[in-house]
Amino acid sequence: MPTKPEATATAVASDSLFDVEELEVHYDLRGGSLARLFGRDTGVVRAVDGVSFQLRRGEVLGLVGESGSGKTTLGRALLGLVRPTSGAVRYHAGQGPVDIATSSNRELRGLRRELQMVFQDPNAALNPSMDIETAVGHPLKIHGIAKGAELRHRVADALERVGLAPAERYMSKYPSDLSGGQKQRAVLARAVILGPELLVADEPISMLDMSVRAKILELMLGLKADLGLTYVYITHDLASAKFFCDRVAIMYLGRIVEIGPTDEIFASPKHPYTKALLAAIPEPDPERMVPRDLPRGEIPDAAKPPMGCHFHPRCPEAVAQCGWESRDLRVLLEEHWTRRDPAAYEREGDLVGSLDKLDTPAKEATLGTGSSAAEVHQLLDRIRGEDPSEPLWSGVEEVVEGPDGVSVRFKAGVDPALRQSDGVEVACIHHPVSVTLEPARGDG
Amino acid sequence: MLSRLLGPIRSTTGTARWLLVAGVAITGVFVLMALLAPWITPTDFAQRSVDGVKLPKLASPSGEHWFGTNDQFYDIFSRVVWGARTALTVIVLSVLFSLVIGVVLGLVSGYVGGWTDRLLVFLTDALYAFPSLLLAIVFSFVLSNALGGGVVAAALSLTVVYIPQYFRVVRNTTVSAREATYVEAARAIGAKDTTIMSRYLFGNVVQSVPVIGTLNAADALATLAGLGFLGFGIQPNEAAEWGYDIERALDDAQAGVWWPAIFPGAAIALLVIGLTLIGEGLNETVNPALRRRRLQEVVMPARGLATSGVAAAGTADGTEGER
Ligand SMILES: Nc1ncnc2c1ncn2[C@@H]1O[C@H](COP(=O)(O)OP(=O)(O)OP(=O)(O)O)[C@@H](O)[C@H]1O
Ligand SMILES: [Mg+2]
Repeated sequence: MPTKPEATATAVASDSLFDVEELEVHYDLRGGSLARLFGRDTGVVRAVDGVSFQLRRGEVLGLVGESGSGKTTLGRALLGLVRPTSGAVRYHAGQGPVDIATSSNRELRGLRRELQMVFQDPNAALNPSMDIETAVGHPLKIHGIAKGAELRHRVADALERVGLAPAERYMSKYPSDLSGGQKQRAVLARAVILGPELLVADEPISMLDMSVRAKILELMLGLKADLGLTYVYITHDLASAKFFCDRVAIMYLGRIVEIGPTDEIFASPKHPYTKALLAAIPEPDPERMVPRDLPRGEIPDAAKPPMGCHFHPRCPEAVAQCGWESRDLRVLLEEHWTRRDPAAYEREGDLVGSLDKLDTPAKEATLGTGSSAAEVHQLLDRIRGEDPSEPLWSGVEEVVEGPDGVSVRFKAGVDPALRQSDGVEVACIHHPVSVTLEPARGDG
Repeated sequence: MLSRLLGPIRSTTGTARWLLVAGVAITGVFVLMALLAPWITPTDFAQRSVDGVKLPKLASPSGEHWFGTNDQFYDIFSRVVWGARTALTVIVLSVLFSLVIGVVLGLVSGYVGGWTDRLLVFLTDALYAFPSLLLAIVFSFVLSNALGGGVVAAALSLTVVYIPQYFRVVRNTTVSAREATYVEAARAIGAKDTTIMSRYLFGNVVQSVPVIGTLNAADALATLAGLGFLGFGIQPNEAAEWGYDIERALDDAQAGVWWPAIFPGAAIALLVIGLTLIGEGLNETVNPALRRRRLQEVVMPARGLATSGVAAAGTADGTEGER
């Protein structure tokens, strides 16, 4: 990686280019055709689930998170390529603020001159049956800016600016004739030919060869300096985010869990998820090897996110208020059984009965039957005794034997909002340290 | 652009190329016949006398009437040659009409989606489910009332039969191409829907259309002849048509007069074969699933006796890998 340039430009230009408020983008889950035929409600994926942030003119904002955390969807929503379910995306254009979320398609088409995108897969981002000259020049043609010799001239300029020189050699080529890096350069040329304000770069280097990654990032920095661009840089590669971004926003399951200056976040990550992500970066210096605290478990289903803090089932710092619920109990029981021999599993499984009813998110879970209630209660106590430090137990309000079996009631959880803490904003119950644990967003 | 289109054809070899060459040769003869009909035929397609002298009825093939004459005093050679013009005109028109309509409908349906798509898919599926000859009969019946029993009416009734095939293929490829990143990229640079369809989707979804076109051409000819044979097609005073001629010749054939039936019959068979060969040849060439590209064999420079055995083994493996 080349050295990071001085971050002086960002200090001057700090007025806001975008204000995103409570943005939600939900995708309809397409059930099978049978489900649709019978009009069954198939639910939604909360790809972006209540995101607010400010994008400053001239900065590079990184969106970082695991696969499926909603980075691409958020980026597309900024450009109006996907219709938000609710919330506002306020763009401070030259002629006054516009809300991208409610603009008509015609207005959006006009705005596309200022808002551009670079895609993850350069092999798919160019029309295979269009030559490079036509492809790169098409934005100018669509917006009626140039044609004929002028168009050709500007295309040649753009191509040479992105390092495809001499331009004549590339203009008549088709995408299949170019390498991945060259294609991504052509995509960049197409994106900057209109002189945009914002460039959303969705993992622009992740599908490229190691050898050209740094060059493409350097090219993007050069373009930014020349054209006064603002970048939203989407990635799951923290190393490149550290090099490239002025600020980063860490996303998890459709939410921003931490956002702040890159240096601050890398030096002292606050959210347990950020800590886990940073710990997962391969450490080249063996003396500084830290114990890898990879988040346990799998990324939950975005259609049914966990109650309370979305991260609590995987969180090493979870406490009683984090929003424990029925599905966590199921995971706990299943983990317990992986440690038991098959006979014990058989016996205990019969005792507890089917766990499927725990899959519906609820603050109360019922196990076993009326007659087996006492035994189930004992079993739970035994499991608890094996690992009393398991944070789930701290979130249990009470365990009562009833006529239908044993009822496990969980304490009310907190769904923490983004709060200021030492120069960054973080959505965790532990931050800021001074604040007492009061519910910020109840979960109903 | 042309070299890109011809690229896959040039890269074929063996069977596919021979199919294509044979098909083009056979079809070419018929095209020549159609183009040169007025100059190479002794009579017009519905001419019973030459210079005031009536033609003989059912004269057997001779130097004067190469294929003989039929029960309507027509010169059969002239009828066959003029028939090629009729057949090719109808084929070209019907393939062109159905191709244009099917491609446009398929593109719009696949891109727009929703109810438009569902309705069009339902309608074309219904058309597709009908036996093609039956459908052609129904439409030629309707159209010949409106347009008369001419070449255009026949072509249009065949058009209806073949629209669903283009529609299906184009609509299905459009549905998957619509999700491609380059389509979103087009939207991101501000392209209108019409621009996306014409500049970004069209070129990528029509690749298999020429193949369907040539395969349908053969089918269209057979259907046209079927219509003529059943008396629903082109009226005899409008143009010479092989199917009609065969029907007229059936009674005579039973009486041992073979020539009025055999020549139009052979013409149909040959042209169907020619068109099918082109279609299959193109299919093997353009359809990537069937295609076996010819790879350049890598020739290793000789490096002495010790390594030659290894090099030979490598080459053998290489050719194996190509398949
Ligand atoms: N068009 C769509 N229809 C339905 N669901 C979608 C669609 N696009 C994305 N999703 C879902 O929305 C969620 C967020 O997806 P998104 O692509 O924004 O994630 P991402 O952070 O960009 O992931 P990745 O790193 O894999 O690109 C995922 O659960 C995904 O399955
Ligand atoms: Mg993505």
